[in-house]
Amino acid sequence: MIRVRNLVKSFGSFTAVDDVSFDVAEGEIFAFLGPNGAGKTTTIKMLTTLLKPTSGSMELDGLDPQTRQNEARQRFGIVFQDPSLDGELSAAENMELHGVLYHVPHKLRRQRTEELLKLFELWERRGEQVKKFSGGMKRRLEIARGFLHTPKILFLDEPTLGLDPQSRNQLWTHVKKVNEAERVTVFLTTHYMDEADRVAHRIAVIDHGKLVAQGTPQEIKQQTGTASLEEAFLALTGSTIRDESAGSADQMRQFAQMWRGGKR
Amino acid sequence: MSAVYILWLREMKRYFRSRVQIVASLGQPLLYLLVLGFGLGPVFQRAGNGNYLQFVAPGVIGMTVLFSSIFSGLGLLFDRQFGFLKETLVAPVPRLQIMAGRTLGGATVAVMQGLLVSVVCVIAGFRPVHFATMPLALIFMLLIAVVFSALGVAIGSSLQDMQGFQLIMNFMVMPIFFLSGALFPLSGLPRVLALATSIDPLSYGIDGMRAVLLGITHFGASTDAVVLAAVGAVLLVIGAYRFSKIEI
Repeated sequence: MIRVRNLVKSFGSFTAVDDVSFDVAEGEIFAFLGPNGAGKTTTIKMLTTLLKPTSGSMELDGLDPQTRQNEARQRFGIVFQDPSLDGELSAAENMELHGVLYHVPHKLRRQRTEELLKLFELWERRGEQVKKFSGGMKRRLEIARGFLHTPKILFLDEPTLGLDPQSRNQLWTHVKKVNEAERVTVFLTTHYMDEADRVAHRIAVIDHGKLVAQGTPQEIKQQTGTASLEEAFLALTGSTIRDESAGSADQMRQFAQMWRGGKR
Repeated sequence: MSAVYILWLREMKRYFRSRVQIVASLGQPLLYLLVLGFGLGPVFQRAGNGNYLQFVAPGVIGMTVLFSSIFSGLGLLFDRQFGFLKETLVAPVPRLQIMAGRTLGGATVAVMQGLLVSVVCVIAGFRPVHFATMPLALIFMLLIAVVFSALGVAIGSSLQDMQGFQLIMNFMVMPIFFLSGALFPLSGLPRVLALATSIDPLSYGIDGMRAVLLGITHFGASTDAVVLAAVGAVLLVIGAYRFSKIEI
């Protein structure tokens, strides 16, 4: 379903993604793990047409996202690391807008919106402005929205960041449910190793832009001779702390947080 | 085309839901209209130029449309910050349509703000001379709105964060306003100032509105309309190009 070969992305002299190759099968839940700044988000951005790779090839459901952008976009849904909802609009309006942008016919749009909002336990609050939602509710809405146009692939970039254990648990239960019901391929990143261990069928670990391990959670633990995925992860990537230089995106994130905090 | 419509509709919904903002945005035009209108009135009258409130009202309407449309274009920066921009950028819709929806939405909001201020002007004592040509004033408002919404989108696409915002305000939006002849007549100016006013697109917008509302004009109403339409077309192309280049 996803096929990546020798993917490279450099910003000036810095190589964020360095010769990465992997495959994700249809219906699989694939976890892409790595410390901060390892190149996870950059890879997702390239796969989802937001960034142009320096070199290498990609395929999503047999389509090159670089040359057949709109067809590829129709086939995937994405939940970004940062929220991407319109807070002034209601939950139902956010779904409606997404449905129209993704050419989902009117009747189907209504029907799927109802199904998904019910599944993600947001149906009762569909008329409320999203800015009044809690962090967990917003995340659920984003994931529900990602599924609206029945994508073949769903990208989840750290979807559980900042959520409490209850919300995280529930979120993964839902994702697994839809993955099984609709055979959606899920490509996720997370910093919570226990989640990856529990949810993912296969895992790839990336560090300094290079893939350092690939396989089922079991295989990775065996390779490193460790008992838990967390230990395996530390064995593979070392225990030094990565300080990302704060780019403008991070500054914006901080600003946005301040802004939102001030509004409450 | 439904993508253009839904993004236009989004701008409308956001506008009507932010009542506080609507009221707040009336503050500045009111100050210019009432304080300058009545404060400079006697001097203007003595200089033999007639009623200043009459003169400044189209300028204040033009200013409202200018600010409102530039801000809606720069709203792109807020969308970038709050993340919604990404949702539209990964949608299977040509970027041109997304840009068009935004620009049209922003322009519509700006025209509505302009109409609101027009009503305030009439309440304050502004009396258009030609009632028959009032719909033409609406066309000029729309032209101003399209020109500056497109400019706003072009700038909004090029800025990474809010830090450039103040720069744009002080070195671009305010000069556009002050050099437009919104507050003073364009005839008999020093050479340099005359040149500066004649390259400011807003000069043509406000001159056009004065032509159709008051029957006084510096450039001529048809020149005004042609210049605005041409500048608008160029800025739309630039805005669309800049927007298509956004990477996150």
